[in-house]
Amino acid sequence: MATAIAEPTGRAVIEEAHPQSFLRKYLFSTDHKVIAAQFLFYTLFFLMIGGLLAVLMRQQIAWPTEPLTLGGILPETMVAKATDGAYMLPEFYNALVTMHGSVMVFLAIMPMLVGVWANFLIPLQLGAHDMAFPRLNMLSFWTMVPAGILTLASFFVVGGAAGAGWTLYAPLSARPDLTGVEMGQILWLIALVFVGLSSILGSVNYITTVINMRAPGMTWFRMPLTVWALFITAILGLLAMPVLSAAGIMLIFDQTIGTSFFIPSNAAGDALSGQPLLWQHLFWFFGHPEVYILILPAMGFTSEILAVGSRKPVFGYKAMVWALISIAFLGFIVWGHHMFQSGMNPALGLAFTVSTLFIAVPSAIKTFNWMGTMWRGNLQLHSAMLFAVGFVAMFAIGGLSGVFMASTPVDIYIHDTYFIVAHIHYVLFGGSLFALFGAIYFWFPKMFGRMMNETLGKIHFWLTLVLFNVVFFPMHGVGMAGMMRRIYDWTGYQHLEGIGATNQIITIAAVGLFASGFLFAFNFFWSIWKGEKAPDNPWGASTLEWSVPSPPKHGNWSEIPVVYHGPHEYSHPDVTDKDWLGQNERPDVVTPAAGSH
Amino acid sequence: MAHAAAVNRPPERGLDVYTQKVGMWVFLCSEVMFFAGLIGSYIVLRFGALENTWPEPAEVLAVNITAFNTFLLICSSVTMVKAFAAAQAHDDQGIKKWLLATTLIGAGFLGVQVYEYNELINHHFTPSNCVVVRNGVEETCSILYGSTFYTMTGFHGFHVLLGVICLGWATIRAYRGHWSGGNSRGIEILGLYWHFVDLVWIILFTIVYLI
Repeated sequence: MATAIAEPTGRAVIEEAHPQSFLRKYLFSTDHKVIAAQFLFYTLFFLMIGGLLAVLMRQQIAWPTEPLTLGGILPETMVAKATDGAYMLPEFYNALVTMHGSVMVFLAIMPMLVGVWANFLIPLQLGAHDMAFPRLNMLSFWTMVPAGILTLASFFVVGGAAGAGWTLYAPLSARPDLTGVEMGQILWLIALVFVGLSSILGSVNYITTVINMRAPGMTWFRMPLTVWALFITAILGLLAMPVLSAAGIMLIFDQTIGTSFFIPSNAAGDALSGQPLLWQHLFWFFGHPEVYILILPAMGFTSEILAVGSRKPVFGYKAMVWALISIAFLGFIVWGHHMFQSGMNPALGLAFTVSTLFIAVPSAIKTFNWMGTMWRGNLQLHSAMLFAVGFVAMFAIGGLSGVFMASTPVDIYIHDTYFIVAHIHYVLFGGSLFALFGAIYFWFPKMFGRMMNETLGKIHFWLTLVLFNVVFFPMHGVGMAGMMRRIYDWTGYQHLEGIGATNQIITIAAVGLFASGFLFAFNFFWSIWKGEKAPDNPWGASTLEWSVPSPPKHGNWSEIPVVYHGPHEYSHPDVTDKDWLGQNERPDVVTPAAGSH
Repeated sequence: MAHAAAVNRPPERGLDVYTQKVGMWVFLCSEVMFFAGLIGSYIVLRFGALENTWPEPAEVLAVNITAFNTFLLICSSVTMVKAFAAAQAHDDQGIKKWLLATTLIGAGFLGVQVYEYNELINHHFTPSNCVVVRNGVEETCSILYGSTFYTMTGFHGFHVLLGVICLGWATIRAYRGHWSGGNSRGIEILGLYWHFVDLVWIILFTIVYLI
């Protein structure tokens, strides 16, 4: 703040001390920081719901022939009640599989990565008063609310929630007579259209803000890697989500007004000549960029936390940026690798294999640069840093199993087995969610003005790391043994006779993992009210958001700061009084080498 | 102090384009992908259809009426440009006149489309039913023809409707003097959207009604 000098373009200072009603301040706020907090509470709630669905599902997998613990409290649409207890219905199991994936991807992880942190960090890290379009920003949160309500409601309608898997493969998802689910599927599709709308509105806002609202001196290559990652992610969302919306709307039409985009024949056997494969192409044209929407922001947080926690600049800053860009570009041309088993020209399959393997190159660049950042650093192993290091390790495992699947012959064997489940959780839980926990521990002080408890944070980290691996690592083996991905009862298969004990261990650890989430939740809510007061810059970090009070006031800056340095300047040789160099520190106060990264 | 700021003035601060215009361009990128999804599906389904199940456009649709409608929409793009030029030239009467003209032509396009839909449905051509008359005999055709036709033209019509609502609002503001004094940004942004919708229609008209 003290270093902000007269702003050259003379932009008017935003209104600061307007007294606002409670409703305008906390509920229908246009302040990006409040919207970010709203998204955070929303997504943490759905993270819990998604976890609950997973625990229920795991119980069925571990003990397929036994009644559910506490199953008696569930309604008869979900369980079959017998004298010795309540047994889970297969239809309910299908709903659990589908909704666990859908809720986690669309209502928890994606809005937590983008809705929370793009909103909170882009204006603060770029030195802007707010987003480019604050009211559009508010709308992008409030379009998520009906999506959440419809999703929850779909469990209690006739036929239950959607049961065709989160990928909604047609004709299973398009013909109610195949699954017995009609209203649940439609509600979920409508929710999906709302999610798409929210995501597109958000993306327009983030992209415009990054292009046009950077503070003076904040050149493209002085932007923190988090902003770079969120910017590239927003482009992916902008171009991929509309395709899913279009496909989802066509699927709604198939269900409601009698079109047949994805239905080859109806229940009576009449040929309608719709194409189920078309759905898969449309879905994965969205779905594979979506994978990178779910990991790129996590990579951004990790780069930043690792630099701060190692007291070193990010190793290979520009390489990190170009790696992000090339991952995003490649992400649009590899969707076919999800469809090797769907019937594909082998030549095309080879093209998808090769382009997919290419993604390993920028991913490896990033991984080695993270290690280069930590190498011989002065490591500060606080909770945020632990989760960032955990991210690198878990992402490496998930990334490597991804290389297995990219190869057509291997994929044909492991397709739709638990190997895939293991892979997706190593990147989405071990990857995205670890980085998200890190981001929450890291930026919580800036968001709420208080510190989270470190001891609880570290216990949370170790519990999560150990239990996560106990849950998901054995799934590789179970999958290689041939256990199918969405199976309700595996006991009838001779080749699966040996997997019972492993599945029971996985389930017990999964319950522990779910429980450890409540330790985090306790720490989170306790710290909001009772945590130690946070200083402006608790981690000694160099990016702009740490130069304003915690939490920043409405409008962030009285005067727009001026940026002189790269984003991650730690242990700079020319700076002697401290081991970091703020981006907006005047060069005539400290004298570092020019244009440094 | 001011001098020091000038010396240290760091480079680069965004594009030389105002933020709302950047935002509209970015939004139009996502709109391109939305229509690309619909049109791409149409291409896949049409080329995947069984032989003789996909009718010729003229067998089902009234191409002449729609050609006239296309002409209307192109005219409305011209009037939109006129409105923007008037706003830049501080010509208050011109703004009112041309915005009103654009709104009315846009509404006229929608009217013709509603009439077209009504006629088609009366002839049992719906999203879930396809009938063509060949040599006096009614034959069924691919349901997908109707599915894709109504989805693509319907979503385009929905975009026109949104445009007409915004244009109507802009026209009301014009009569209240909102756009006077060179305040042309809102009209420019609305114009971008309107030209985009027009462009999409030219593509749709070509692939649905002509080939």
